[in-house]
Amino acid sequence: METITQPWPWYVAGALIGLIVPALLLLGNKHFGISANLRHICAACIPSNVPFFKYDWKKESWNLFFIGGIFIGGFIAAHLLSSDAPIKIHPDLANELAGYGITDLSGMVPVQLFAIHEVFTVRGLIMMVGGGFLVGFGTRYAGGCTSGHAIMGLSNLQWPSLVATICFMIGGFVMANFILPYILAL
Amino acid sequence: MNTKETDFEVRSLDTMCLNESNLSHPWWYNFKYLAVGIVFGVVFVKAEIISWFRIQEMFRLQSFHMYGVIGTAVVVGTISVFLIKRFKVKTIHGEDITFSDKKFNMGQIYGGLLFGFGWAITGACPGPLFAQLGTGVLAISVVILSSIAGTWVYGRFRDKLPH
Repeated sequence: METITQPWPWYVAGALIGLIVPALLLLGNKHFGISANLRHICAACIPSNVPFFKYDWKKESWNLFFIGGIFIGGFIAAHLLSSDAPIKIHPDLANELAGYGITDLSGMVPVQLFAIHEVFTVRGLIMMVGGGFLVGFGTRYAGGCTSGHAIMGLSNLQWPSLVATICFMIGGFVMANFILPYILAL
Repeated sequence: MNTKETDFEVRSLDTMCLNESNLSHPWWYNFKYLAVGIVFGVVFVKAEIISWFRIQEMFRLQSFHMYGVIGTAVVVGTISVFLIKRFKVKTIHGEDITFSDKKFNMGQIYGGLLFGFGWAITGACPGPLFAQLGTGVLAISVVILSSIAGTWVYGRFRDKLPH
């Protein structure tokens, strides 16, 4: 049990995530991908006569069950399998964040940034609403996210997925190093 | 971009299931995907993949962790796909397993960069968002709702965007 409650090393996590690919294929010829769910939710709830959302989303309902499982898995891990040991954070990052007044490093996300009342601050609005918007808009524009392109696409040796993955990383590097510091300083 | 694309092309662009099953299963067969999702969600949390801090370290080259996770996942996934193709493995229900090629379009560049921005800000891609919410961070519901809005806006203005 001790082994399970400790943070898992990258090779264990990576192997398990890699095995999601054949698991979904073997269970029903399903291709690993998460961001398409955001489209299914639009198609199910707010299609608004947009052609992009007019399709039979019920045929893709397996994927909604899949993310429902991710939600439950998150709950189980946080409440039944958690350890009390604090998450180790690189000292340079901790120092940088302290400069922006972010000192609570205890959770999976910094609660000083991601909290409901933070939505009413400029910084919180940019990070939660703006960041979320970019995730939803960008993944659909790119035709997939880390799972659909970086893992499923690369596993199937698709070069457009390699292009997308490289662009994810470039975008992330630029934002984290050159733009995010200004947002965090707000 | 050709606006008169077929439904097939729209679907293939979006990593959706092109090969509808000819078998009709009762809806509760979907619980097998729920089970896989639960495993995935636990891994997300226990390996700290849903940690905003790990994503910041990744983009600042301060930690190998996320590169190790994604790299190992790709290696294991690639070997699995190779074996499935090589031995023409079928699903547990006896159906063929099929693959489709992704077509390149400029969206993978523009959209990829935009998603990269969002990834670094929120510290999460779409999968981890649902796991974060599961761990009890209520504010992530704002991020998820906004990502749904982003997807909707993309769908609404899709034909006006360069692809």
